[in-house]
Amino acid sequence: MNKQKLQRMAVTSASSILAVFVALAICAVILLITGKDPIKAYATLFGAVTERNVQLDTLNRATPLFISAAAVAIGFKMNLFNIGVEGQMRVALLTTAVVGAAVKLPAPLHVLFCLVVAMIAGAAWSSIAAWLKVKRGVNEVISTIMLNFIALGVVAWAFDEFFRVESETESLLVKTKTLPESAWMPDIVDRRLNGMFIVALLVLLFFWILVWKTKFGFRLRASGANGGAARVTGVNPKKMIVIAMLISGALAGLVGMRSLLGDVHAYQNGLAEQQGFNGIAVALLGRNHPVGILFSGLLFGFLSAASGQLQLEDIPKEIVTIMQGIIVFAVVIINGAVKRYDEQRIQRKATAELERQHEAVAA
Amino acid sequence: MSDPAAEYAVVLEGIGKSFPGVRANYDIDLRVRKGTIHAIVGENGAGKSTLMKTLYGMHQPDEGTITVEGQTLTFKSPTDAIRAGIGMVHQHFMLADNLSVGENIILGDEPTGARGVLRMDEARARIHTLMESLGQHFDIDAPVGTLGIGQRQRVEILKVLFRGARILILDEPTAVLVPQEVDELFENVKRLVANGATVIFISHKLDEVLAVSDDITVIRQGTTVATTTPSQIDRRGLGQLMVGSELPDPSGRETAIGSQVVLDVRGVDVAGVQKGSKLALEDISFEVHSGEIVGIAGVEGNGQFEVCEAILGLRPIERGSVSVEGTEVTDKETRVRLALGLSYIPFDRHREGLLMDAPLWENTYLGREDEPAMSSGPFILKRKIEADSRAVIERFGVRTPSEQVPAFALSGGNQQKLIVGREMASNPTVLLAAHPTRGVDIGAQAAIWEELRRARDAGLGVLLISADLEELIGLSDRILVMFDGRITAHLDPDTATPELLGSYMTGEMQEAS
Repeated sequence: MNKQKLQRMAVTSASSILAVFVALAICAVILLITGKDPIKAYATLFGAVTERNVQLDTLNRATPLFISAAAVAIGFKMNLFNIGVEGQMRVALLTTAVVGAAVKLPAPLHVLFCLVVAMIAGAAWSSIAAWLKVKRGVNEVISTIMLNFIALGVVAWAFDEFFRVESETESLLVKTKTLPESAWMPDIVDRRLNGMFIVALLVLLFFWILVWKTKFGFRLRASGANGGAARVTGVNPKKMIVIAMLISGALAGLVGMRSLLGDVHAYQNGLAEQQGFNGIAVALLGRNHPVGILFSGLLFGFLSAASGQLQLEDIPKEIVTIMQGIIVFAVVIINGAVKRYDEQRIQRKATAELERQHEAVAA
Repeated sequence: MSDPAAEYAVVLEGIGKSFPGVRANYDIDLRVRKGTIHAIVGENGAGKSTLMKTLYGMHQPDEGTITVEGQTLTFKSPTDAIRAGIGMVHQHFMLADNLSVGENIILGDEPTGARGVLRMDEARARIHTLMESLGQHFDIDAPVGTLGIGQRQRVEILKVLFRGARILILDEPTAVLVPQEVDELFENVKRLVANGATVIFISHKLDEVLAVSDDITVIRQGTTVATTTPSQIDRRGLGQLMVGSELPDPSGRETAIGSQVVLDVRGVDVAGVQKGSKLALEDISFEVHSGEIVGIAGVEGNGQFEVCEAILGLRPIERGSVSVEGTEVTDKETRVRLALGLSYIPFDRHREGLLMDAPLWENTYLGREDEPAMSSGPFILKRKIEADSRAVIERFGVRTPSEQVPAFALSGGNQQKLIVGREMASNPTVLLAAHPTRGVDIGAQAAIWEELRRARDAGLGVLLISADLEELIGLSDRILVMFDGRITAHLDPDTATPELLGSYMTGEMQEAS
């Protein structure tokens, strides 16, 4: 890797790192105001990093975040804001729970089958937003937000009306029919880290290769960077929107699978809640790049994994949620400033370099 | 003359201004006589804009003095310059479309009475006086959105006059105008000057400068190199002062035109923007042979853009056919047409040419994803693409530290060379070149012309669309004139003059069809 590239990466990640520190500082002030000791709080929070349970829990919690951030980021790469990952995930959850329980397959195949069903269901739901945008010009931000509400309602109704099964042991908890054991995603570390973690890493790898290493990805990025320029080279913008939205929706379908296939093994209300939304924050903090998402996903996973420790010190664990929110705000604000600075830096450097070459030629 | 300094509206002495890495201006000496039109000419990047920003208080010079009407002043911001009677009309208009002409003119400097009540009657009276001095009359209540480009520019000038400007800076005022509007502008400007105003006119169009100005100051590589008058110098001499060397010449060919038709456009109609409106293109037919450059002349907006879009398959055609190298492509996708050897230098390099934030190697790769040497199956071969990019940069003399630099860091001329290089690198059989040298310096222009000629001699068929009539006459083997969506003339460049082209372009003359 050359120096220039390293420098660009440093500048790119600078705003995210800065955002995290800004959030830590602001939360420290909040803690002080509420009469808690921020140093003790942070010592407790970050001290937890050495505990094996927290470490495993971090990876487990980062699993859905990696996937949902990738789903969001692939849209971002062509200026398409899929805010509907949550809804697409929810539709995929119920569909997979129902379809997965209805078929009989040998173990590895059954899991694979469920993942494919989830992807199809997620993509199907996102195709509505894609269709609306391409055929009717409806902004995808509006349509995906609305479709989130619709998904929530439709899934809750369908679950309650057709698919719920009264549990024999827990009478208050209603679920769908439990998936046969062949459809369960095995754990890597028993009850601590589910195998979906590997799938999530593969999703990030897939995302990286697709967007940065293929012709398709190049065209996708070109469409996002300058739709007009991509168009005159023969990239059909509508086709690109549909494909990007379908891939995003398919990945969104996988977000809830750690909870479904790896944990509860049936659909229930509130399953995997918020995991689709959190992906937006992780994608933003990770600058829509797989490596960035890896770090930001781990950070968000760690914060929620370690937040329980805070309660032992009588500090409300909600401070972590506040922190996550501030991080997102800060990264958006700082990004603009860093970008401006970076552009000036590059311009200056290019000019200086040229002068040097010029002088060398003259001499 | 009691006080010699009072003879001059503006005197700049020893002005210098540096930015990180660039010395934009140094040793600038400029004397603008009162009541004259003073042209400042120079290539793109010579430092004209920096100088005018200094004079308008948009930044402070590192050294030197500014004297306005005999008083040495320091401008902290444009507000100070306006107070000293200096006004600037920018190249890009800053008007609110939904507001009326009058409202736009007074915006930001509204005459108010007690308790801030707007005194529109007073404003109207003043605007009428100003229109009189400009010799231009508008409906004060018409929304600016309904005005043409030329009229909007007049509104901008009125806006500046309303603020009490006696010295007007016009930054490339003719860049956006069609020839008739240019004449009208110059009439207005002359009238203003006759009424006592002083005009500083920035341009790189030599004919206009010679036609309209009283004095001319030439800027080259950041400093003033000469001051002259139109009676002392001709176009060529002025061009050489500007460049510091011989002007390039677009003409010259040694090879014969090929016999093969590489682009055949037959009876093409393209629908207008709205349903039921006039056709954007009507019965367009022409062919381009291998090794031939066919020029299209026309005032912008007479169908040249639509011709390119129709040939590329970016816009549906109602009737007619398009063939590339004998293969009919009328119903084919853009990508298929490009693969057959069609190539396109777009009209606007920012809107359709470049990925500004992306590195140069991605920009030279854009549109060439299917070239077998640069990919393996669905995967891109980054090293090969980078090597190819370096070759394009080298061959077309793009000034850049490396292929990793993002496109925005390049100057306009180098960006354009990069686009031309990219389009030539795919070894096309037909090139649609829209304004290939627009907004580039003379060195880059010469390089681009040289490449076009070389490719043509090697058999490339070129459809050249240009607003630069000298370029068009010099490079083309045949010239078609487009007016109102139709081809209205077929001319021979050996006998065509800019004046003749002009009268076809404005629709004054048409060939019998």
